[in-house]
Amino acid sequence: MNKFHFIDRRKNPKGKSLGNRQRFLRRARAQIKEAVQKSLRDRSVSDLDRGEKISIPAKSTAEPRFRLDPETGRREIVHPGNKEFTTGDRIKKPPKGGGKGRGKDAADSGDSEDEFQFTLTQEEFLDIFFEDLELPNLVKRSLKEIRSTAYRRAGFTVAGSPNNLNLIRTMRNAHGRRLALKRPTTREVNALKERLFELERVFDPSEEEIAEKKALIAKLEEMERRRRWAPFIDPLDVRYNAFEPTPVETTAAVMFCLMDVSGSMGEREKDLAKRFYMLLYLFLKRRYERVEVVFIRHTHHAEEVDEETFFYSRQSGGTVVSTALEKMLEVQKERFPASEWNIYVAQASDGFTQSGDAQRCVEILDQDVMPISQYYAYIEILDERELEVFSDADSGAELWRAYRTFAPKWPNFAQTRIARPQDIFPVFRELFSKDSREAA
Amino acid sequence: MSVETRNPGLLFADSDWDFDRLKRTYDAIEDIALGDLGLDVYPNQIEIISSEQMLDAYSSHGMPLMYKHWSFGKRFARDQIRYQKGYQGLAYEIVINSSPCISYLMEENTMTMQTLVMAHACFGHNHFFKNNYLFRQWTDAEGILSYLDFAKKYVAKCEDEYGPAEVETILDSAHALMDQGVFRYARPPRLSEADKLAKAAARADYEQKTFNDIWRTLPNTDEPEDDKEERQQEVRNIKLPEENLLYFIEKASPVLKPWQRELVRIVRNIAQYFYPQKQTKVMNEGCASFVHHYIMNALYDRGLIGEGAMMEFLHSHSAVVFQPEFDDPRYSGINPYALGFSMMQDIRRICEEPTEEDLEWFPEIAGSKDWRSALKTAWAEFRDESFILQYLSPNVMRKMRLFAVEDDAEDTHVEVSAIHDESGFRALRARLAAQYDLGMHEPNIQVVSADLDGDRMLTLKHTMHAGRKLDPKTRDDVLWHVHNLWGFPVKLEEEEA
Repeated sequence: MNKFHFIDRRKNPKGKSLGNRQRFLRRARAQIKEAVQKSLRDRSVSDLDRGEKISIPAKSTAEPRFRLDPETGRREIVHPGNKEFTTGDRIKKPPKGGGKGRGKDAADSGDSEDEFQFTLTQEEFLDIFFEDLELPNLVKRSLKEIRSTAYRRAGFTVAGSPNNLNLIRTMRNAHGRRLALKRPTTREVNALKERLFELERVFDPSEEEIAEKKALIAKLEEMERRRRWAPFIDPLDVRYNAFEPTPVETTAAVMFCLMDVSGSMGEREKDLAKRFYMLLYLFLKRRYERVEVVFIRHTHHAEEVDEETFFYSRQSGGTVVSTALEKMLEVQKERFPASEWNIYVAQASDGFTQSGDAQRCVEILDQDVMPISQYYAYIEILDERELEVFSDADSGAELWRAYRTFAPKWPNFAQTRIARPQDIFPVFRELFSKDSREAA
Repeated sequence: MSVETRNPGLLFADSDWDFDRLKRTYDAIEDIALGDLGLDVYPNQIEIISSEQMLDAYSSHGMPLMYKHWSFGKRFARDQIRYQKGYQGLAYEIVINSSPCISYLMEENTMTMQTLVMAHACFGHNHFFKNNYLFRQWTDAEGILSYLDFAKKYVAKCEDEYGPAEVETILDSAHALMDQGVFRYARPPRLSEADKLAKAAARADYEQKTFNDIWRTLPNTDEPEDDKEERQQEVRNIKLPEENLLYFIEKASPVLKPWQRELVRIVRNIAQYFYPQKQTKVMNEGCASFVHHYIMNALYDRGLIGEGAMMEFLHSHSAVVFQPEFDDPRYSGINPYALGFSMMQDIRRICEEPTEEDLEWFPEIAGSKDWRSALKTAWAEFRDESFILQYLSPNVMRKMRLFAVEDDAEDTHVEVSAIHDESGFRALRARLAAQYDLGMHEPNIQVVSADLDGDRMLTLKHTMHAGRKLDPKTRDDVLWHVHNLWGFPVKLEEEEA
């Protein structure tokens, strides 16, 4: 019988090729980025929770080998399935790249694909999409440094709590000490005992045997004494993993998301605004672990809500935009003192508010909000028809025009418009890309 | 199904598999493979894997361990999307020429498929690996796994020390020359020669010892004197022209550092390991298909598998050995499974029921009745080219309706130069054999000179066959890689043989 065995590998850790994949993505980084940007044009934000199939030019990751040029020289190839040919028949070659010529490349089935297609996971996709985006002016000049502590490994120590016991170190020390102190091993003791039992069993022991027995007993006692004296594990041997608190610098930032959910915002507009915030939220979650996000929605009165309500619940009513700004200031004063926090605000609205309220908004912004904010982004959600009407940057809904008047005063104020789902990604990039801001 | 459940002798009656069934079935297969066919195999190690793991194995040449490189990630990404979209099924098995011989079985396979796969891989391929002269001479089944383990760790260590980008550029360039990185005629040294591995480990060790951050800014003169001495002696021993470009570069490149030489050597050793497989596709698959076909039929004859299983087997067997004709849209060249299987079935027929024609063409085996030893001789002593030249019978040529077409790039027509008739058989057979001669479709490139004392120009020569030039689309890219490893100008000459 030949030896053989079965091994069930299905439970082996997954992602064995992950390292290779990362190397591949790094290799084709530039092309992949381009492909991601391209694919975003027709992509809605709600698709963000799945991966994306992209194509990159095959050339960027080509693996060239020396090959024979199929366009030169003579070759003879054997094919199966002859029907009517006889020796000497001459057949006109098919035009290049078609018909029956297919089989001819069988020998060198090189990769002739021009495009290389594969799927990016959501993680990879978002990573690449958000790669060169950043929250502007992240560090406030006057900001008090926030320090928190994290524990880091710092070698070994002789004192500690049992859960930090380092077994390997401890046993190694114990082993070394036992060797140095010549502690008799259990095996040695057992060997002696065995011999002793043997002697005990002798019915009529001779002189030598009695002598040996005595010697053995003495030796055993000596061994036991040594074993007590040099224990298997001594408190001296014990080592613990040591941890040391180290200060970690953090930047505290908060993003206020203000959204108009009043009756004037149609379903379409609300949907666009939500998608924009969804993207913003994903971006913050992904890139800034420590950013707090505050969701405020408003009709004629504003309220702070949780993420779930913000994105998924429905509400309707009149429109007073300034209530949202007031609410935001209230929350900010209560929980996010300007001296300790970097403050960001994003506001989405269709630009319509109660008459006179726009002026009030401008006042609040100008006097209270802008001085404490790092960056303020106003996104106006437009009807597609309105986009044509308001093609000029100066004309627009009430709020838009009001904001235009004071915007030049504040370089950290941005306003932009979204009319179609396709606009969301470009607008988002425009608001948060490193380059455009530096230029601005 | 009812028939099967009534028959207590069956190994299995439905399509689910479990380890108990696998073991019982394996024993039954082994009984036929060793007892009846008289195969001689390495010990088997059978691993059950998921489809994702199968994709993993695909991407790294089917090897269970491999160093990290982006090209494997690329292959994985490509196969994954093809598999998910259903363009491409996965192989039912992968088998590795090692001892023990490792076969991968997919968990999705039905019990019948597992039976087929065990017969095919664990006995068919396994026997071929152990007995074929190319594998015996050129590869080292005992040593490959430990060598790959060494390679993987070595590459990882280099990435740590010199950065992934540095390692990548060497591996990229070495990969580009893999086809020119094998010894075709001289027998290469065995991998596992203990001193060889020990030396590689010692080299790795030495670098670890001499690696010291303080000295990092100093010029890297890492190569120990006696190693350098030995290497230069090896360079002097190389007789030009040298066909193994990677070997020449590894030994003689004026710019590579010791660890870079080791990387080139790793790629070269892996290329050499796979070289026999490239030369025995038809035989290897033919042998495995013949063996599984015989064993499945024997299991059925012994009442160990039922009719349902037999139908399932025949269905997938005929898909595997299906040969589309040249004008079929599915046609993409000759299917090695089909050609190998029908040639081997025909050898059996020639031994058992020879015709007049067979007696004339194959006097040594025709009518000998002992097809087992005839096949075993063929499996042991031939490669695709010589196997076809020796054993392709008029009967197979007629059945496959083979015809040869001559294609001159200068001509507007192709010409049918031989067909399956009395006057064409010998020519047809020679043509088909030549088609499996790697020398015919892999460019023959050799190092002809390297001016080591002068301007260090490396000169390569492509010896053309039948006027076939190098493809300019890839030529210059590959030459860039040669230059990357050589460090000095590289020249390529093309010349008709």
